[in-house]
Order: sequence, then structure tokens, then C-alpha cells
Amino acid sequence: MQTFDLEAQGLRALNETLHAQAANTNQTAWEIVNAKGSHAIAVGLDAPIEVTVKGSTGYYCGGMNKQATINVHGSAGPGVGENMMSGTIVVEGDASQYAGATGHGGLLVIKGNASSRCGISMKGIDIVVHGNIGHMSAFMAQSGNLVVLGDAGDALGDSCYEAHLFVRGKVKSLGADCEKKEMRPEHIEILKDLLARAGADAKPEEFTRYGSARNLYNFDVDNASAY
Amino acid sequence: MNKHTSKGIPQTTPRQSATFSQDVNSDIRRAAATGIYDIRGGGAKRKVPHFDDLLFMGASISRYPLEGYREKCDTKVTLGTRFAKKPIELDIPITIAGMSFGALSGPAKEALGRGANAAGTSTTTGDGGMTPEERGHSSKLVYQYLPSRYGMNPDDLRKADAIEIVVGQGAKPGGGGMLLGQKISDRVAEMRNLPKGIDQRSACRHPDWTGPDDLEIKILELREITGWQVPIYVKIAGARPYFDTTLAVKAGADVIVLDGMQGGTAATQDVFIEHVGQPTLACIRPAVQALQDMGMHREVQLVISGGIRSGADVAKALALGADAVAIGTAALIALGDNDPKWESEYNKLGTTSGAYDDWHEGLDPAGITTQDPELMARFDPIEGGRRLKNYLKVMTLEAQTIARACGKNHLHNLEPEDLVALTMEAAAMAQVPLAGTNWYPGKGGF
Repeated sequence: MQTFDLEAQGLRALNETLHAQAANTNQTAWEIVNAKGSHAIAVGLDAPIEVTVKGSTGYYCGGMNKQATINVHGSAGPGVGENMMSGTIVVEGDASQYAGATGHGGLLVIKGNASSRCGISMKGIDIVVHGNIGHMSAFMAQSGNLVVLGDAGDALGDSCYEAHLFVRGKVKSLGADCEKKEMRPEHIEILKDLLARAGADAKPEEFTRYGSARNLYNFDVDNASAY
Repeated sequence: MNKHTSKGIPQTTPRQSATFSQDVNSDIRRAAATGIYDIRGGGAKRKVPHFDDLLFMGASISRYPLEGYREKCDTKVTLGTRFAKKPIELDIPITIAGMSFGALSGPAKEALGRGANAAGTSTTTGDGGMTPEERGHSSKLVYQYLPSRYGMNPDDLRKADAIEIVVGQGAKPGGGGMLLGQKISDRVAEMRNLPKGIDQRSACRHPDWTGPDDLEIKILELREITGWQVPIYVKIAGARPYFDTTLAVKAGADVIVLDGMQGGTAATQDVFIEHVGQPTLACIRPAVQALQDMGMHREVQLVISGGIRSGADVAKALALGADAVAIGTAALIALGDNDPKWESEYNKLGTTSGAYDDWHEGLDPAGITTQDPELMARFDPIEGGRRLKNYLKVMTLEAQTIARACGKNHLHNLEPEDLVALTMEAAAMAQVPLAGTNWYPGKGGF
């Protein structure tokens, strides 16, 4: 286990050190102490290493992650795991706005609640939130899966495309062109896998699936009031 | 000519309304028939004060000129000197603006790269991501970081020679985009991670930051991911150039790209293009003033775009304080867009060469703004690249000609003092004297 004191050694040195890890590095485990809400912690990683952040993080922790596993032992600021491509990020606490925004792949797990715009413009990422999510989540979500064990706020899935949205609790309201969908066996399988990987104690059958009604896929003036 | 009725009473000449012109009436009829606003490509077509309204004074007894073919007039420019370890060094201060693969065909993007390479300048990606062809044919490639984040990935980000965070575009400050379904080929759909054939909306603001304080952190993240190697540009529309420039510099930008309302778009509502944003000429001095007020003029470089057509325009933009310019529409015309040789086909589309702007429909006779394989085959990227190189060279020679006439041994030595304005409006916007006077509106409190 390598320990990195962020306060003493600085952000540039941290990311430079983590970027220097090759695919076959023997330094696979890293612990970051004194994070103290710093921004851009462990961004742009591209190696199969495991990074544990002791404490809460600022903006964009794990941004654009590839391959790495990042555990945040605290809460995460806005944009945790933004545009991540692969790997896994687990936040033990809550996450602020835009968690997993535009993510293309990988798994983002929020063990607490996630704020508004969780999964905005997601493009293939899987996101599992153990608690609740805020308003406008999965706005313009293109693909991937958003799983919420708690409740969802207003305008879930507004203008979404082909992403799958699974909510166990209540949905305050659905956004434009988002509708309740049939839960088919393949969706149960997706959920079973994601819940297991996210360490979530819930049954797939308890969830409701939401997704695009596909009425706004091509502009039609008769739908103008929906925008 | 007056006509006479059968009773011999003179009839007045039929008079068109200036308010309800034929153009306006056709817009009303189109709206009434379709129920949808008009979408088109390009920039503002209305007449606005522009570089044509400025003149250089040239040398005189108090200013001596440089010999045209003997004395050097340098054109090099370095962009991104503030924080980047590897600033972009260009042979000429004319860059190629961001245009997407999707809006443009692959061969058209290739031609832009070839032409820019040959002229020693950079080209820029667009909404939709970076293609291998584009990277391969562009020795200096600026990667646009857009609200949609279509095709956005850290590998391409690290391949870029600079990153341009797009906040606004001159044709549509505050607007997103729309790539209509007919242009969504299999490849475009795959790059954007969306189903084929649907209208692809591009968001109007970034999904994970809002406001200047967030932008500062976003720039920090991008620098950390790319190791502080490459410059970070921030592209803004001609909305509030003084404040936007100030805020972008405060947020840590290396370069400001400022796009006036004549700057083109692939597809946006006509009402947006014509009625939102300011003319390019009106934006330059406030942006330069902002840089000067912060002690950042020349430390943070300013790239101006929106209606740059000739070496004279380049020279005027630089004289007003820009470090470089970017061209989009002019580059497409150099490639062959709107060429009269396709007139009969433009006519079939209900338009004429020079006026064709329905780029979003994918039916471009010139094969440039399309994904249709048959139309694309009309366009030769090698010939297109050669034409663009020629055009860039001519613009550079023109700008040098003017600069030498003003006694400058570098294009950057051109200055507002070299200029006069032909109209009150241009004098006010450019803050250079009305020709024949030593005054411009606002000077001395009047």
C-alpha cells in the first residue's frame, strides 16, 4: 500500500504519480490522506490500480477514469466520475450534483444519496445509488443503467434516449418523453448483476423501469409543448 | 414605370414595404405552412458594421513603409503561453475554426487538415469527437470540449495539441445544436452513442459546471488529466465580450476564442442566428480592453472569428488587438462550398449558389456538408486541401502587404492607430477615428 499525503505533496504530484502507473505496475494499492475536499483528485487514471481516498472530495474526483478502482471514504463533490470510461468508483457517503455525468462506461456506486442531475447525459456508464437522487437526473441520458434504491426527484429522465432507469422507491415526476416501461427478463438480469456488484441489498423485482417514450426523437411541431 | 388605367387615371408604382419585404413575407408564409421555425446553417446574413467599414491609412511622412519583396514581415504566432508546457506555434495567425465530423463529411475534415498543415496552422474538431483521419491529417489539432460531450474520451483529449472549452458560438450565444436525423450515418451514430436516424440534440450548457467559479475547477481538471502540457482555450460568443473575457481569464484560460454573430453554425434557428449576439467588430475592443485591464494582453492570446474573409480582415482584427483569427465559412468556400459550378443542383433545392445554407439537410451538392456517400464522392480531399492552403497563403500575403504599407515588420505590430472608420457605427465599435476626423463616438465624452 502506497500512502500519499495530498496536503503535503500537492495535487499535481498526486495525479502525476498515479498517471505514471503502467498496466503491469506492482504498486497497485494507493491511499490518499488529507484529501480535505480537494478538486480533481485521481482524475484521468488509466491503470488497474486501487485508490482509496480518506475523507471527502471536491469537484470531479475520478473524472474520466479508465480501469482504476477508486473508493471515496467520505462524500464526493460535484461531477464525481464525470465522463468515466471504465473501472469502478465507490462513494461511501453522499454525492453532489452531476454524479457520473456523460460517463461512457464503468460502474459508479453512491452508497448515500446523490443530488440533482445524477447521470446527466450518461453514455454507457452504470450508476447505482443506494439512497435517493435529486431532480433532473438522467437528463438526456443516452445509454447505460441508472439504478436507484431510494426515491427519485422531479423530472426523472427528461429527454432521455436509450438509457435504462430503475427506481425502487417513488418518482416525484417524470421528465419530458420519459415513461414507465415493462420490466422484461433481460432487465432483471441487468439489475441482478448491478445490485450484486454494487453491494446493494435489494431484489430486482422491487424496481420499476423507466425509459424513453421515443416521441421526441425526431422533431415534430405537434410536440412543441413538450419541450 | 407608371401604368394608366383604361380611364386614363395614373396608377402609382407598386411599392414594396420596407417592413413587410418579400423576404419577410416569404418567412411568414413558410411559417404558416409548416408550423416550424426555419433552421439553417451559416452565420448572420443581415448587414452589420464590419471590417469593410475600416480602412488602413498606410505610410506617410511620419511613418515609413517596408519594402514589399525585400523587408521581412513576420506572421508567426504562439498560442497558449500562459500555463501550457507546450504552447501551439503557428506560422500564420489564421486558424481553422471548429467544425464537426457529422456536420461535415470525413473527406472535408481531411481537407481542412491537409490545407492547415500545408499553411502551417491548426485545425479544430467539433461536436462529435475526434476522428483518426482528422488527427492523422492535422499536425496541430485543437480538440473542442463541448456541452454534449459526444465522442469525448480521455485518450483523444491527450492526443490533442490544445483543448478548446466551448461556452458559446457566435451564431447562437446561449444555444445548443441539432444534427438532424438524415445526417446520422452509422458512423456518426456510433461516435455519438445514439440511435441512427434520430435528431441529435446538443446541449446549450455544460452538464457538469455552471458559472466562472466552476469553470476554473473544470480547467484545473482538464489540466491535471493532460499534465498541464497543452493550452486550454475558452471559446465565447459575442454576447458580453468584456465580462466573458474577464471571467475566462480569471478561470485560467490560456487563450480566448471570441466568435461574433457572423460566425457560422451547422444548424440553428434563423431567428437565433439573426437576432442574438453582437457583430464581430463590436466585440474585439471590449475583449482587448478586458485583457489590458487585467495586464493580460498578449499573455492570454485572443483569437477572433466570425466573418473573416481576406487578408485585410486579418490585418484589421490584429490591428484592433487580436493575436490570431479563425475561419470557418471562408474555409468551406475555399474547399468548394456554394460553388456556382453546382448552380443547377442548387436550383433544384430551391436556392442558388452563394445562398445555399441548408447544410443540416445533408444534400450539399458540393459534397462537403453531407454524409451521403454519392455526394461525398464529388469532393476530393487532396484538391480541397490544396485549395485551402492556397487561400490561407493568399490571406497571409494580403495581410503582410498591408502591414508593410503601414511600416510593420510583424503582423502583431499593426495597431488601432493605423485605422480609420468609414461610418459612425464602425468608428464607435472599433474605437478608431471617423475618416477625416480625430474623433470617434464616445471619445471625450461625446
